[in-house]
Amino acid sequence: MHGLLLLAGVSLLSFVLVELAPGDYFAEMRLDPRISEATVHALRARYGLDRPLPERYGRWLASLAKGELGYSFAYGQPVGPLLWPRLRNTLLLTVTATALAWLLAVPLGTWWATRRRGPADAALTGLTAMLLALPDLVLVLGLLLLAVRTGWFPTGGMVSLGHEQMPWGARVKDVAFHLVLPVAALVLGIVPALVRYVRASVADALGAPFVRAARAHGIPERRVLFRHALPAAANPLVSLFGLSLAGLLSMSLLVEVVMSWPGLGPLFLEAILARDFHLVLGPVLASTFLLLGGNLLADLLLAATDPRIRTEER
Amino acid sequence: MSARVGRVAALALLAAVHLAALGAGFLAPYAPTAQNRTLPYAPPAPLRFVDAEGVFHLRPFVYAVTEQGSVTGAYAEDRRRAYPVRFLVPGAPYRFAGLPGHVHLFGVDEPARIFLLGADGFGRDQLSRLLHGAQISLFAGLMATVLSLGVGWLLGTVSGFYGRGVDAVIMRSAELFLALPWLYLLFAVRAMLPLSIPPARAFLLLVLVIGLVDWARPARLVRGVVLTARERSYVLAARGFGASDLYLIRRHISPQTAGLLLTQAALLVPQYILAEVTLSFLGLGVSEPVPSWGNMLADLQHYHVLASYWWMWAPGLALVPVILAYYALSEALSTR
Repeated sequence: MHGLLLLAGVSLLSFVLVELAPGDYFAEMRLDPRISEATVHALRARYGLDRPLPERYGRWLASLAKGELGYSFAYGQPVGPLLWPRLRNTLLLTVTATALAWLLAVPLGTWWATRRRGPADAALTGLTAMLLALPDLVLVLGLLLLAVRTGWFPTGGMVSLGHEQMPWGARVKDVAFHLVLPVAALVLGIVPALVRYVRASVADALGAPFVRAARAHGIPERRVLFRHALPAAANPLVSLFGLSLAGLLSMSLLVEVVMSWPGLGPLFLEAILARDFHLVLGPVLASTFLLLGGNLLADLLLAATDPRIRTEER
Repeated sequence: MSARVGRVAALALLAAVHLAALGAGFLAPYAPTAQNRTLPYAPPAPLRFVDAEGVFHLRPFVYAVTEQGSVTGAYAEDRRRAYPVRFLVPGAPYRFAGLPGHVHLFGVDEPARIFLLGADGFGRDQLSRLLHGAQISLFAGLMATVLSLGVGWLLGTVSGFYGRGVDAVIMRSAELFLALPWLYLLFAVRAMLPLSIPPARAFLLLVLVIGLVDWARPARLVRGVVLTARERSYVLAARGFGASDLYLIRRHISPQTAGLLLTQAALLVPQYILAEVTLSFLGLGVSEPVPSWGNMLADLQHYHVLASYWWMWAPGLALVPVILAYYALSEALSTR
């Protein structure tokens, strides 16, 4: 419910922001001597741009309810059908990256937490600090350079030429092959922070009195780690999962544009440059939706993993 | 001990980089927009001490280069004449702290060029552009941080100090701003502003957009500190003596938030520098021919530039130590 309210608020905020913008898609037509002022007026009237702001918001909400999300002037069609495949592609990219990043971060961070003050500790500290300081942009460009130089990976896009003619299995393989580089960029971008968090929360749990008690009872170290410390460390990590999505979506925007992955990012940038306002709103809302969905998922996971939260609700 | 050395090193590096950016006009041998159309992607010129005859010179020199054949980026040195590096030479006019100047730290005689970091596609000196670009990229980050922390501090303090309705309104709108992935929000706000504008206005606009979009995070943190500070017994006592709200905030509450603001600043500056770089990289920020680290990197979107001319990566590589230093600083501040 709270999420829905937020979504409504974001829609209003972004609509007003975007509508307040000076100039619109048709403003540039005015510069074209072949198009008369009357034509521009007629076009604006046809798309309802001459109406007052509240009415336009109402109309836009109505089209949102129909799943159209307004009308793109540049494409000459409703925004919805343009948005869905893009949203699917972004989802494919970010879900894969999130899954991989967590699969990598949790074991690595846990292992790191058990190994304090040693060469491994120093090496991981240095490595994560370096990766944290590496700007996302440089990381993405670096991976692109790798692809251009070695030719091991495709340099952009999501499918090869002739993708449509391939059998089903080959098509999946083709997409997976194109996924490697953008996913690698996203994973390398978010894993350092995740690993550090995992290490900190596992180390916290390992230093807790109940872990010392468990050790004193003679419970083997492996069982202490997996049965006692890890479940206790899970709570902050699950909350972090929701938070990390925001960073991931932001970085995904950059990765998609630079590696020409046909997700929300390129569509968004293109819409901004064309001043195609309803098309700008689409990705904004979609990304908010993804973020809220991720947070909801984190809340559900939290209830599933933490008995304290389950009992609180009753 | 080593932590202290690290902190001092980080501070020294940051001071050096920012001073270099401020003195870009003097340090850079050329104007950032001066083109040499015959020297596209000229490689970095090595400083030499031993000439073609094997004679050693104390004063370093460079050779002039000319493009070879039809392939861009293939250059040959002309070894017949050495061009010694001269110091404090007159050159392109610039302004430093509002004063006009035309003396540059170093340079070589015409027609040779001294491209210590190579040249870009228009034959513009990369080093000069890097230094001038730092003025935009680094200071955009700093100014945006001041703005964001200022607004965040004000709203957070008001929200925490007065509570109730004001608090509810401010915190709900903060949630609204946090519900969007930050880069999407940044782009959406950028989208509502005109696209092609002169560089000076673009710079101010970027600072405004980056700074204002991100007020919610500092505001929340400041609010938390103010909430606890408000209930301290000395604050209650001062209130009992009839101190005004303004006095309480100025004298007792805001000093408590200073540490938080400082730590946040060290964290936010690199983020905002990167935000400027990202926006300019994608053509939504400061535009050519004025250099910013972002629009200098934009050239790398062409695969042949990406793969062939390593010196075009300079702004990206320069970002790494700057960001590392800021992170080291924030870590030192938070573990104080």
